Amino acid sequence: MTVTSSNTKEQSTIARSTWQRALASRSFVIGVSITLLIVVLALLSFVWTPYDVAKLVITNRLKAPSTEFWFGTDHFGRDIFSMIMVGARNSIAVALVAVAIGMCIGIPLGAWAAAKRGWIDDVLMRANDLVFAFPSILSAVMITAIFGPGAINAIIAIGIFNIPVFARLTRGAALSLWSREYILAARVCGKSPARITVEHILPNITNLLIVQGTIQFSLGILAEAGLSYVGLGAQPPLPSWGRMLFEAQTMMAIGPHMAIFPGIAIILTVLGLNLMGDGLRDALDPKLRGEN
Amino acid sequence: MSWFIAKRLVSLFVTLIFATIVIFAVLEIIPGDPARLMLGINATEDAVSALREQMGLNQPIFIRYLDWVTGLLSGDLGKSFTYSSQVSELIGERIWVSLPLALLALTLSTVIAIPIGLYAAARRGRTSDTSIMAATQFGIAIPNFWFALLLVYVFAVALRWVPAGGFPGWENGIWPALYSLFLPAIALALPQAAILSRVARSALIEVLGEDFIRTARAKGLTKSQTLWHHALRNAMIPVVTIMGLQFAFLLAGTIIIENVFYLPGLGRLVFQAITQHDLPVVQGTVLLLVATVVVINFLIDLLYAWIDPRLRSTTR
Repeated sequence: MTVTSSNTKEQSTIARSTWQRALASRSFVIGVSITLLIVVLALLSFVWTPYDVAKLVITNRLKAPSTEFWFGTDHFGRDIFSMIMVGARNSIAVALVAVAIGMCIGIPLGAWAAAKRGWIDDVLMRANDLVFAFPSILSAVMITAIFGPGAINAIIAIGIFNIPVFARLTRGAALSLWSREYILAARVCGKSPARITVEHILPNITNLLIVQGTIQFSLGILAEAGLSYVGLGAQPPLPSWGRMLFEAQTMMAIGPHMAIFPGIAIILTVLGLNLMGDGLRDALDPKLRGEN
Repeated sequence: MSWFIAKRLVSLFVTLIFATIVIFAVLEIIPGDPARLMLGINATEDAVSALREQMGLNQPIFIRYLDWVTGLLSGDLGKSFTYSSQVSELIGERIWVSLPLALLALTLSTVIAIPIGLYAAARRGRTSDTSIMAATQFGIAIPNFWFALLLVYVFAVALRWVPAGGFPGWENGIWPALYSLFLPAIALALPQAAILSRVARSALIEVLGEDFIRTARAKGLTKSQTLWHHALRNAMIPVVTIMGLQFAFLLAGTIIIENVFYLPGLGRLVFQAITQHDLPVVQGTVLLLVATVVVINFLIDLLYAWIDPRLRSTTR
């Protein structure tokens, strides 16, 4: 009882000190602020947008940014700020679910490979190499060829690419832990590899996985925008940042604002997540503090 | 080392074989009959069935896979359903746009990134270093196709220095062709240069803390001599690794950039093939890109093992 309570106290102290270090990191604070802003705008779009994104008002077409239309309007007279708000939903949802797919499948596979070693490890890692050989854009091309374009298929394509990323990371980190004395002690006590993985391995590599999660999230935002841009992502009438850029391509000469603002939205979101990841990494790993 | 290479070669071939199985199987389950698509909806059943027979589509899937793989080994990727020419010929024509584009982007990315990484590492912790690192954070966050649009707007629409897109072909001279690939290459290269410069900086900072650097300085070498002749050479291991990975990424990335600049490369080819249900072209192009990624990963593994002997003895 005493040991458990002392462990809990120690863990809460570590968590508090990590949190304090994260808050002291300028990049973490800036990153979290930007990310929160984008998330709030996305959530707000469910209940309110300045204008209806489905309503085409041709008389308002290609209006420059003004107090009436903050980011201007597109060639159909739709408000670009409202479209960015709604597009944020799509980008965040696709990237988030793709990261979840990568984590839910990749982490157990990596942990299993590290716990079992031998032929299971070899087979799993070769399978990882195979999946890794298909960049998300190629997976998306093949998935689209079969099922047609759409947000779900974009999620699957990006998610599949995330699986080997998390599997490799988990395996590598878990392997280094399996040779530690406290794991040996747990094995001597008769704990099964599965129980050791759940009780000792995974809690010790959570930090790494969280940081990688933010990186894959930001890569997912970029990948989703790229897939939507070439028509393999979310389909009309749902606004998406990538397709907004595709539609802006032929309008660059008369309405450059159509391309500028969705691009800035993508950059800010990715930048926010990367800064947050950097700050978290520094806070969670004292050795890296001040390196970047 | 030879045991390591043999093991890696086996792994390379197994991965490639499985890649062919995945690509063939995935694209075989595409809904729609290619023979019907080629002949149109007004074609008679007899004509469609005759064409299916001619195309070998009535054979079992396993036989078709074996035929395809046997063809691959002799460089025959099959015949395009829509272009009425060999897939290898189509890819052969288009790759002379995508490959030079990826190589040009990789060169630009390296030329930009290494001096920046070197400069930042030499001035670690100073304002110039912090500013450069902040700029690279922005660079990483920029989607290359958005940057491409901005380049088109500035250099093609506003300044009219270059055409907004298209490719004149190598037969009209090297310079006009390179000129038309320059903007797409910059768009591809900049975000990659941001990543590479951060890697170069980190690697250099680590090397600069080593004893042999202190020895070199103690022997009277200037800071810049130490940096260029000793630190840079030793920091190249992670940099070259990332460059290898980036090349594969750049080649796949051309799929999107080619659409911005209307370049007749592999990316445009594969998108047209999808809309036309031209299976042999999609299979051939995807396989080529996947094989490139696998082979590059293999070469990086070899390079790593050659540089760091400890890695040769590991099981993975």
